[in-house]
Amino acid sequence: ISPAELASTPTEEPNGSGHLMDFLDEPFPDVGTYEDFHTIDWLREKSRDTDRHRKITSKSKESLWELIKSLLDAWSGWVVMLLIGLLSGTLAGVIDLAVDWMTDLKEGVCLTAFWYSHEQCCWTSNETTFDDRDKCPQWQKWAELMTGHAEGAGAYVLNYLLYVMWALLFSFLAVSLVRVFAPYACGSGIPEIKTILSGFIIRGYLGKWTLLIKTVTLVLAVSSGLSLGKEGPLVHVACCCGNLFCSLFSKYSKNEGKRREVLSAAAAAGVSVAFGAPIGGVLFSLEEVSYYFPLKTLWRSFFAALVAAFTLRAINPFGNSRLVLFYVEYHTPWYMAELVPFILLGVFGGLWGTLFIRANIAWCRRRKTTLLGKYPVLEVIAVTGITAVLAFPNPYTRRSTSELISELFNDCGALESSQLCDYVNNPNMSRPVDDIPDRPAGPGVYNALWQLALALVFKIVITIFTFGMKIPSGLFIPSMAVGAIAGRIVGIAVEQMAYHHHDWLIFKNWCRPGADCVTPGLYAMVGAAACLGEPRLMSFYPPIVMDFGKGLNGTSREESTPPTLATDERGPRGKAPLWAFLTQDPTRVEELEALIKDTDYKGFRVVISRESERFMGFVQGRDLPLAIRKSPFKQDGVVSSSVVYFTEDAPLLPPTNPQPLKLRRILNLSPFTVTDHTPMETVVDIFRKLGLRQCLVTRSGRLLGIITKKDVLRHMAQMMNQDPESIMFN
Amino acid sequence: VSPMKLKNAKSLICDLLQNSEDIRCKCICPPYRDIEGQIYKQNVSLKDCNCLHVVEPMPVDGKDVEAYCLRCECKFEERSSATIKVTIIMYLSILGLLLLYMVYLTLLEPMLKRRLFGHSQLIQSDDDVGDQQPFANAHNVLSHSHSRPNMLNKVEHAQQRWRRQVQEQRKSVFDRHVVLS
Repeated sequence: ISPAELASTPTEEPNGSGHLMDFLDEPFPDVGTYEDFHTIDWLREKSRDTDRHRKITSKSKESLWELIKSLLDAWSGWVVMLLIGLLSGTLAGVIDLAVDWMTDLKEGVCLTAFWYSHEQCCWTSNETTFDDRDKCPQWQKWAELMTGHAEGAGAYVLNYLLYVMWALLFSFLAVSLVRVFAPYACGSGIPEIKTILSGFIIRGYLGKWTLLIKTVTLVLAVSSGLSLGKEGPLVHVACCCGNLFCSLFSKYSKNEGKRREVLSAAAAAGVSVAFGAPIGGVLFSLEEVSYYFPLKTLWRSFFAALVAAFTLRAINPFGNSRLVLFYVEYHTPWYMAELVPFILLGVFGGLWGTLFIRANIAWCRRRKTTLLGKYPVLEVIAVTGITAVLAFPNPYTRRSTSELISELFNDCGALESSQLCDYVNNPNMSRPVDDIPDRPAGPGVYNALWQLALALVFKIVITIFTFGMKIPSGLFIPSMAVGAIAGRIVGIAVEQMAYHHHDWLIFKNWCRPGADCVTPGLYAMVGAAACLGEPRLMSFYPPIVMDFGKGLNGTSREESTPPTLATDERGPRGKAPLWAFLTQDPTRVEELEALIKDTDYKGFRVVISRESERFMGFVQGRDLPLAIRKSPFKQDGVVSSSVVYFTEDAPLLPPTNPQPLKLRRILNLSPFTVTDHTPMETVVDIFRKLGLRQCLVTRSGRLLGIITKKDVLRHMAQMMNQDPESIMFN
Repeated sequence: VSPMKLKNAKSLICDLLQNSEDIRCKCICPPYRDIEGQIYKQNVSLKDCNCLHVVEPMPVDGKDVEAYCLRCECKFEERSSATIKVTIIMYLSILGLLLLYMVYLTLLEPMLKRRLFGHSQLIQSDDDVGDQQPFANAHNVLSHSHSRPNMLNKVEHAQQRWRRQVQEQRKSVFDRHVVLS
């Protein structure tokens, strides 16, 4: 295939003035760029990149300077990855530290240095006790600070009131900032990034303001105590960083296909900093979000994820030099009989996932269609108020969700003094940490059990209403919390059953009295994993169906033969034809301008002449007006009465005529064609595997029509009995 | 220069670079016989982070020390208080600036524009019925300043262009609910 020569030269100022402030000027769209909310042409981008590479390689033999330039070009990919890793790690560290502090701000403040969270404030204090590890006089709750009383009903009510007010303030600020500065910053971001990576253009979604606002409002949203996480938004933040650094190098900023390779790697860095797991980040990017993932992207993603994780560690937000968010060590093996409760937890995860997805979609639909959608700010404030009011009394919902999950994963030794670990200890016990034999539960554990049950119901219900609001929100942490609570409850139940009924058949084989059989923390982990699986599907339910993940099931039910293009519509029904003829014969610029002035053609087919209609090539609808409008800058002397030609050599004209305009470079000489008898499945396959935008249809050697990606999607929607009008932005 | 002076200088520099409060060894000792559980903290270095150095005063006598210490768990932790301070203060200042800018855009600027351009602008703005949001009149108002390509105008035009983009985004996300549900 000989690639069309689309020269992507930078826009040149006609007078060469004011270069310093050029970034403030409105960028004139270049030939070969794409419109907003359309897909890119993967083949064209790939061939442009191959061209560029070939040009650089051939020039590198000329001089030393060219050789250095070619080396710099080759290394620019790694430099971009390094920068992405550094910035993502830094932003994630800032977010973690700020969330830590602001979450504690709802309850009290550190008197010695106001920027310390609760744990940091009591770091050096010697007044901490075994039972109350976080208590120290330097950190006071609001009631104690304002009235001087630490205990009592009045103090409780005052603390309650201030907790709710801080939560409302944070969420109000978050939604206002999102609304005023960057509406694209709301939601999780992963579905839209998946859409962008598959070739769609959403201008502004990965912009600088979106990056800034998403970072700032994410902290506010998480600190307000709402049931949401920060993992999904961190992926969006990392991809914004990727987009930001792409604009430094023309290799990536001018080629949408190469840019998406960088964005895939940036998504890996995002997950890596969210969980402190670089390999997990690469796997996430490979499996979930990327469309085009060549092998070198694998290495580059890993590099970016590593750099991001190490940067995060250098900032050390967790204070324990550990990378991973949830660090657990279990030393007892698990037994085959424990598979039964594990399977039960898996079933619970599936049921909860189904409930959540259905309920959330129904609620989102209500938000779209009824009055609820008109008051986003009020909605956020109302949900935050309800969440704060219901969350404060239960100590397990009052604290941040990550802390809750950490505590639930934790294995109880003698060193723990929390309510959940209130087991009856054998005073002669010699091993305080590992391998403690099963113990009977004390009253604290039973207390914790019913509080956890209430927390589970609360979290299940409130997350349905929280996800989808107009603030940055992630779904991973709330799902894990639901699973961890359920798992821990099941684990404690099994543990106590094993202790009190160790003579039953099931337990007799595996559980001897005095041995450590059941680890409830492990059950919590299994539950969290089970619940994390289901709503992930939710985050990939794109609001706009724009990628081919679902696939076409092929034949319609009525017909016996597979549908082909001959039996299909060729364009929007009843509207003007999609294209026009352009011939190889010379036309004038003003005629062309008249042609494109009123109608919006998808494309122009260039034929040898009107009589023979032998097909020469294809011009994209958007490129022709752009090329004509830019022509006075590129070639001197072109005026309205200039002749336009598509051939290689200019036509012979009398010398009095003005300079002719050569438009061969926007002509695609090798567009993809299929015949009208091609089965629809093959057509869909071609579109999917090659990443085409449009395909020409011929019949008996003559050009019949054009089919675009959106037409194929509409057909697929009809096949699945969905509304084809929901494919929007025509 | 004597070696003692060199050593002093080195420890002084070390102290300056790293706040000595930023390291600690934390030992948690569970209840033992009739002694209740305790937490001990001291800022010692990593090699001294064990029960014998940190647990002071030792609550048990000679023979029991080993049994007591076996139950205790000591961990070395470090943090960077400077990082925390810089991060929080930087975050708060950025948040403050954004809030000020937001207040300016939503409240002050329409008031100023109304005063500067009078009522003629108000009539024009009534055409945008229902568009009460910020940046509603983005393109109208500053078209008064004619194209002299100096820097101030360029900044204004860039800002107007940005506002138009944000308005478009807001329409598709908040009003029509077509993106991001």
